Amino acid sequence: MKTDQLIDMLSTNVEPVKSGQLGKTLAWGLVIGGAASFCVMFATVGLRTAATGVSHMGYLALKVLFMLSVIGMGTGLLIKLIRPGQDGRKLFRLMFLPFLAAGFAGIVALALEPSAAWDRMILGTQWAMCLFCIPLFAIVPFSVLIWALRKGAPTNLKRTGAIAGLVAGALGATAYAFHCPDNSLPFIAIWYGAMVVLCGWVGAWLGPRLLRW
Amino acid sequence: MNVRSTEPELRALKMAGLDGDAAAHKALLETLSNQLRAYFKGQLGHFNRSPVEAEDLVQEALIAIHTRRESYDTSQLFTPWVYAIARYKFLDYLRRTKTSIRDLPIEDAEGVPTQDDQVHVESSLDLNKLMAGLSPKVRQAIQCVKLDGLSVSDAAVRCGMSESNVKVSVHRGLRALALQISKERQP
Repeated sequence: MKTDQLIDMLSTNVEPVKSGQLGKTLAWGLVIGGAASFCVMFATVGLRTAATGVSHMGYLALKVLFMLSVIGMGTGLLIKLIRPGQDGRKLFRLMFLPFLAAGFAGIVALALEPSAAWDRMILGTQWAMCLFCIPLFAIVPFSVLIWALRKGAPTNLKRTGAIAGLVAGALGATAYAFHCPDNSLPFIAIWYGAMVVLCGWVGAWLGPRLLRW
Repeated sequence: MNVRSTEPELRALKMAGLDGDAAAHKALLETLSNQLRAYFKGQLGHFNRSPVEAEDLVQEALIAIHTRRESYDTSQLFTPWVYAIARYKFLDYLRRTKTSIRDLPIEDAEGVPTQDDQVHVESSLDLNKLMAGLSPKVRQAIQCVKLDGLSVSDAAVRCGMSESNVKVSVHRGLRALALQISKERQP
């Protein structure tokens, strides 16, 4: 095939491009993925209605806040990563902040309690459930995000996959928070943090395989 | 890629192309094809590869620049966008063809032509063969709109599809072609 032949073909009947389409696709991906992970939560473990009270609501708000900060930053980064020539290096470094903050809060909370209470604070009552549910709830949002990202043109596939994994993990963790009976800062820092990071790690591994173009 | 001096002109062409100006889009792709050819030849020279491979890469990059054209953020510079796509396609090509940096014989990395305006160089790709790999509906849409030059509404009548269906088919088809090209080159 001659190159000028190809150029003729590509520039015949050029359609105008609507701007902002990629951002919209990504936003829809987030909404659909988030809704799906809540549906999976309702269908499997269900909403926790028995535990109410100020303390429970406070911890729920903390969990959601932690996860929303990951989702917010991650989405901002993804919008950059699907556009060639923008690597968003600064924002990528900031991604570690929510995890560091949660870890710090967890350590402080442990330091304030006697060591006899540490086991209960770290393991809670359902740490294994947390381990299982967050990645499970993250599967659908991750697939939807990958679908949305493939509409763009990510050039750093590993990083894009990692961030997609983190955001999907955070969406899954947000859904799980509405079931989770464990209310302690070290629990949130360790299990929520670790599971979301694990999702990011899996995303980094899958990125180059799923996002190639 | 020596594009620093041409950034404003290229950006203007790109913006017009995004608004649907076919002539501007064509002029843009023509200018870029020369710059990409020089860039890929230079890069391939470091790896001791032939110019036919450069032409394959030029065409692959052009298809990417066209089918992913909405990924350009109009508030940013145009040159880094093109360069990032070219670089991505080059690294992907190396990975595909299993060449590593270690294969470079250092004494051969010299005397690489960096300017070349042969637009008529042929790549190893066969359009008809690539088209045969598409689904009939998509192939028909590309044939009508991209090769025969019918307008979208005329193509819709000829193919018996809705206009939006034709547009979507063409877009999908071009992306599928790009994917086939990269598969074709797998050893």
